[in-house]
Amino acid sequence: MKHSKRSVHRPQFISGSELPIPTLEILRADGSLYEGAEEPELSRDLAVRIYRTMIFTRILDERMTSAQRQGRLSFYLTCAGEEAAVAGSVAAFDPGDMIMGQYREQAALRFRGFSARQFMTQLLSTRNDLGKGRQMPVHYGTRELNFMTISSPLATQIPQAAGYAYGQRLDAGKAGGGASHCTLCYYGDGAASEGDFHAGMNMAAVLKCPVVFFCRNNGYAISTPTAEQYAGDGIASRGVGYGMQTIRVDGNDLLAVYAASVAARRIAVESFEPVLIEAMSYRLGAHSTSDDPSGYRSREEEDRWREMDPIARMRLWLYARDWWSEGEEKAALESYRGEVLSELKAEEKEPKPPLAALVEDVYDTPPWHLREQIEALSEHVRRHAEHYPAGKGV
Amino acid sequence: MAEMNLLQAVNTALDAAMAADERVICLGEDVGGFGGVFRATSHLQEKYGRERCFNTPLTEQGIAGFAIGLAAQGKVPVAEIQFADYIFPAFDQIVNEAAKFRYRTGNQFDVAGLTIRAPYGGGIAGGLYHSQSPEAYFCHTPGLKVVVPSGPRQAKGLLTAAIRDPNPVLFFEPKRLYRAAVGEVPDEEYTLPLGEAELVREGEDITLLGWGAQMEYLLKAADLAAAEEGIACEVIDLRTLLPWDRDRVAASVRKTGRLLIAHEAPRTGGYAGEISASIQETCFLHLEAPIARVTGLDTPFPLANEKEYMTDQWKILDAIKASLNY
Repeated sequence: MKHSKRSVHRPQFISGSELPIPTLEILRADGSLYEGAEEPELSRDLAVRIYRTMIFTRILDERMTSAQRQGRLSFYLTCAGEEAAVAGSVAAFDPGDMIMGQYREQAALRFRGFSARQFMTQLLSTRNDLGKGRQMPVHYGTRELNFMTISSPLATQIPQAAGYAYGQRLDAGKAGGGASHCTLCYYGDGAASEGDFHAGMNMAAVLKCPVVFFCRNNGYAISTPTAEQYAGDGIASRGVGYGMQTIRVDGNDLLAVYAASVAARRIAVESFEPVLIEAMSYRLGAHSTSDDPSGYRSREEEDRWREMDPIARMRLWLYARDWWSEGEEKAALESYRGEVLSELKAEEKEPKPPLAALVEDVYDTPPWHLREQIEALSEHVRRHAEHYPAGKGV
Repeated sequence: MAEMNLLQAVNTALDAAMAADERVICLGEDVGGFGGVFRATSHLQEKYGRERCFNTPLTEQGIAGFAIGLAAQGKVPVAEIQFADYIFPAFDQIVNEAAKFRYRTGNQFDVAGLTIRAPYGGGIAGGLYHSQSPEAYFCHTPGLKVVVPSGPRQAKGLLTAAIRDPNPVLFFEPKRLYRAAVGEVPDEEYTLPLGEAELVREGEDITLLGWGAQMEYLLKAADLAAAEEGIACEVIDLRTLLPWDRDRVAASVRKTGRLLIAHEAPRTGGYAGEISASIQETCFLHLEAPIARVTGLDTPFPLANEKEYMTDQWKILDAIKASLNY
């Protein structure tokens, strides 16, 4: 039995709001540091790489949202407003660490080197898509970059991340405790209401798994505000309950996110235990291209958060250090806009995956019933080619 | 060869798998020092350490999700769900995650090493929540393999095959037979191929098909039919339900002209329905009688009247006679 031993002799209750959970803030909205704030060690190269990741992601999101409106994509979902939370966290991890995301973490993929063209192959489900055109847009995945393919059901990746990290711990043990890898698991404030959240957080803590849980608390689960999602003190208070080292950060503050993530990773790989980071941010865009936020929140609220834009804040910090200039800003924006549009156009010419791929990868090899079914389907499509895109060679 | 019961056969298979491959990990509720509530994982923690055989918190969805993560990372987890009746919190992890892992990632990631074991079935006075046979839910899920052993020899060979199979496998163990079914089991490691049915007894008049705990009743019914009426039953143990060995069953039905399928699970939506549909598609002109189903009722599993409820040799015998006299 593990519980604190202090006893009292008359009823005394404590409420979640009495848990003293501070928020780490390092960078002010004007790009200056808070008094007494400790700046994390961050080289110019890495800072610029993080910043470039953030602006590329913003541009990708803007262009792809437009492309969806033009009917060139079926669906899209932006990271807008949360670029610092995602880019600042992934930058603190080793490229060999596994990322298990929710679906709004394209900045992490970009940071690891996913090219504009690779984004397009997935968004357009062409034959070049690593996922073979099987999932809706934004469900990226790449083994090469240690980014686990996204799955639509929410929070399922949380117990999986615990298990993945447990496997990493066993490997580290074999290597004699030397260099080892951990898992970085992202999810949102809404997903934290799922049963898998509880299952995964608890198992990670009990079974000592080197995983960093990164909660992007962006204020909304589609239209549901956090006030209607939970009554406690955010998600961080739960980490304490699971017996996990926990920190809350300003998610729009790149330096706070990065500093917390560096420290969290160190705890995970050195002590073999999970850590929870709750990043307080705001989803500046809609949930996806399928909803319109004007139906559930005010323009004033959005404007308030726009003033705390994480990209602008980091840019001011970079300017102040002379690590980035207006000229570089202009050139980077132009080049990313051009790259995204030209790669979109080029990939649009690529064909869809072949019909036969329909039954591949259900099992390691298609069993008899799948072979029968694809044969029958192929024959039908061949005989009625005029009714099917695959029959017309599209 | 050694004589052992079904539970010992499971334990032996796990032991050998853990000895042969250090990636094999056993996890679940009470599977650690205690060795599982049925003792299927007895002594494994002692032998292989707490890191490779351990208790989990009481969370089926967590066990399934955790095991999926382990498998994705390259380990070979054998997760125990204490009773098949409690597998439903893990349904999403099994159906939406494990089963679709390879497909949705374009074969970049998989859960090849994953095996989930669960004791299933009635006849132990377990009532609603310690008796269910949930195999049909999972047979409706592309990407899974579903395996049910009928005795100790099958349990060891099929579980070893399941652990080595590069796909997620659900392994339902007939808990009524854990100690009741005793038989000769080879000492060495061996596998029985997944996807292949076993012809248990040859006969000319009718094909009896079942799996797991039903096999005992089917064989008893076949004995009674032979003694009472001189009916020669061909008996097949399906062993793997998904993907199932249609060719073996169809070949038998073409010979006998009659098919009886027995399962404990409720009739509506039960796996006998799928087999019936498939066999009438492939053997329509060979059938001498409608395909017979001997199954549980479309009710929750009862506690009182369990003996009356169970699909036993007497109900099977009646159905055999009805088919022969059609």
